[in-house]
Amino acid sequence: MESLWSDAWARFRRNRLAAGSLAVVVGLIVVAVLAPLLQYFGLIPGPTAQDVANSYQGPAIGRHLLGTDNLGRDLLAKVVFGAQVSLAIGILVQAIVLVVGGTIGLVAGYFGGWVDNALMRFTDVTYAFPDLLFVLIIVAALGPTFLNIFLAIGLVSWVGLARLVRGQVLSIKEKEYVEAARAAGTSPVNVILRHLVPNSLGPVIVTLTFGIPAAIFTEAVLDFLGVGLRPPQPSWGVMVFEGYAAVDAYPFVVIIPCIALSVTMLAFNFIGDGLRDALDPRMRN
Amino acid sequence: MVPVLLFVILITFLLAHIAPGGPWDREGRQLSDATIRQLNAKYALDQPIWTQFWLYLWNVLHFDFGTSFQHPGQSVNELIGTTWPATLFLGAVSFVVIVVSGVSLGVVAALRQNTAVDYAAVAVATIGASVPNFVVGIVLIILLSNFLYKVTQGAFFLPTSGYPQDLLHMVMPVATLSFLPIAFLARLTRSSTLESLRQDYVRTAWAKGLRERYVVTRHVLTNSLIPIVTVAGPLFAALITGSVIVETVFSVPGVGRSYVQAIEARDYPMILGTTVLYAAVVALLNLVVDVAYAFIDPRVRLR
Repeated sequence: MESLWSDAWARFRRNRLAAGSLAVVVGLIVVAVLAPLLQYFGLIPGPTAQDVANSYQGPAIGRHLLGTDNLGRDLLAKVVFGAQVSLAIGILVQAIVLVVGGTIGLVAGYFGGWVDNALMRFTDVTYAFPDLLFVLIIVAALGPTFLNIFLAIGLVSWVGLARLVRGQVLSIKEKEYVEAARAAGTSPVNVILRHLVPNSLGPVIVTLTFGIPAAIFTEAVLDFLGVGLRPPQPSWGVMVFEGYAAVDAYPFVVIIPCIALSVTMLAFNFIGDGLRDALDPRMRN
Repeated sequence: MVPVLLFVILITFLLAHIAPGGPWDREGRQLSDATIRQLNAKYALDQPIWTQFWLYLWNVLHFDFGTSFQHPGQSVNELIGTTWPATLFLGAVSFVVIVVSGVSLGVVAALRQNTAVDYAAVAVATIGASVPNFVVGIVLIILLSNFLYKVTQGAFFLPTSGYPQDLLHMVMPVATLSFLPIAFLARLTRSSTLESLRQDYVRTAWAKGLRERYVVTRHVLTNSLIPIVTVAGPLFAALITGSVIVETVFSVPGVGRSYVQAIEARDYPMILGTTVLYAAVVALLNLVVDVAYAFIDPRVRLR
């Protein structure tokens, strides 16, 4: 078991794009976590601190590195605090996906029969819902708060993982070592925890990694459509939404959060590609 | 398909009705209690929620989706009838663009594997797969606005005479809608074409001395395009039901944008009508794909 993971890590590190992306993401997480400290020590102004005399300043060396928006708020500070929202949504949603999707997939695949049938019909029905429309309705119904957005995205995102885990479990269940464990009188809970979970972990990690940019994207879209977080909350989607009104005159106000979003999503996708190659060398072409 | 649609209607119905704030909340002018009571009676909103649900279901069975709250006097059918053509046309054009360029990009990349063409296609596909599409739209607007605004005197940005007439208006929305799916389709085509190129029957075809054109069109493509059909169904469904994002960015008067407006106005009949339309189109096209499979791939039999 040890050597499997260290092998995978060695393969992952050799993939420069993936390793570089991991560095970018780690750096982003550190900056996002330390954002209040940076503000405390005066390295960046507060994300809502207005400096109306200096509104719509372009990016330049000086007090506002990335420039300011219509109310003179510092764009660097908004990007840094916005990273908290995007990263938190992206990563936390995967927790819902793992718990809901993973459990449903495991139970359906392991027990089979009518349990499998019922759970998979439920999954099919959830899959039939138009994702973005559904998230829009839930957020509109419950109110545009961080918690509700997080719940809404989580509730529509688990279907893929449930199907994947079920498939994995169905194929692993037939392997000899599982049969041997069962013949030796191992309880179902132990078979699941000791054999099925560890052996299906690779593809699950990859799927969850690809889920992060998808969730970040959905959250930004909600903000951009004016249904998600509202100004003056610092989030990348809100920044695009605010800047979009004056996009012709001051494009940099919109471009900066767009770059932040694209780089983050690209980095997570590269990490996902790298993990897939590292965890399952056979899948390479 | 029918139980799925029923479930979609039920959940959407409940969600729309538990939402705080009603359809008669207006900023500025407050309606009198008597007026609200009259309006509630007119739209049966004073009935218990289950009664309302059965009533709605009964009407849906007769293709009657009710009257819009935000545009009194207009039925949901009429409203969808006026907004859908723009979306439908935009989606259909994008679909053709996506399939043609995605598939050819993928095939060329596979045939010239590990050459500059291949690397370029893979790079575009990778980047295209992770740049959010409203970012693509905004970048297009910023890059092209100055230049195109002058050329077209702003006609590009203010679609007034309706989409089907002005092909020019469609360039940017189509480009934005197509960017990501082209990338995705190119990647998919590339890998499935590479797989068929390695098959024995393709080697046989080469060995017979067939020209490249015949090998590719008759032997490779007929098999490598099967996975494309699976993706094409849902893709087409998503395109013709409208992208909320693209329609908002480019002010397309389509279904997606009217959906966002309906949510903001708590226009229950519009929200429900659009969701049902969407779910029905997706379910229908999945069915079409299943049937099409049987025709394309003789190994699959309809049961």
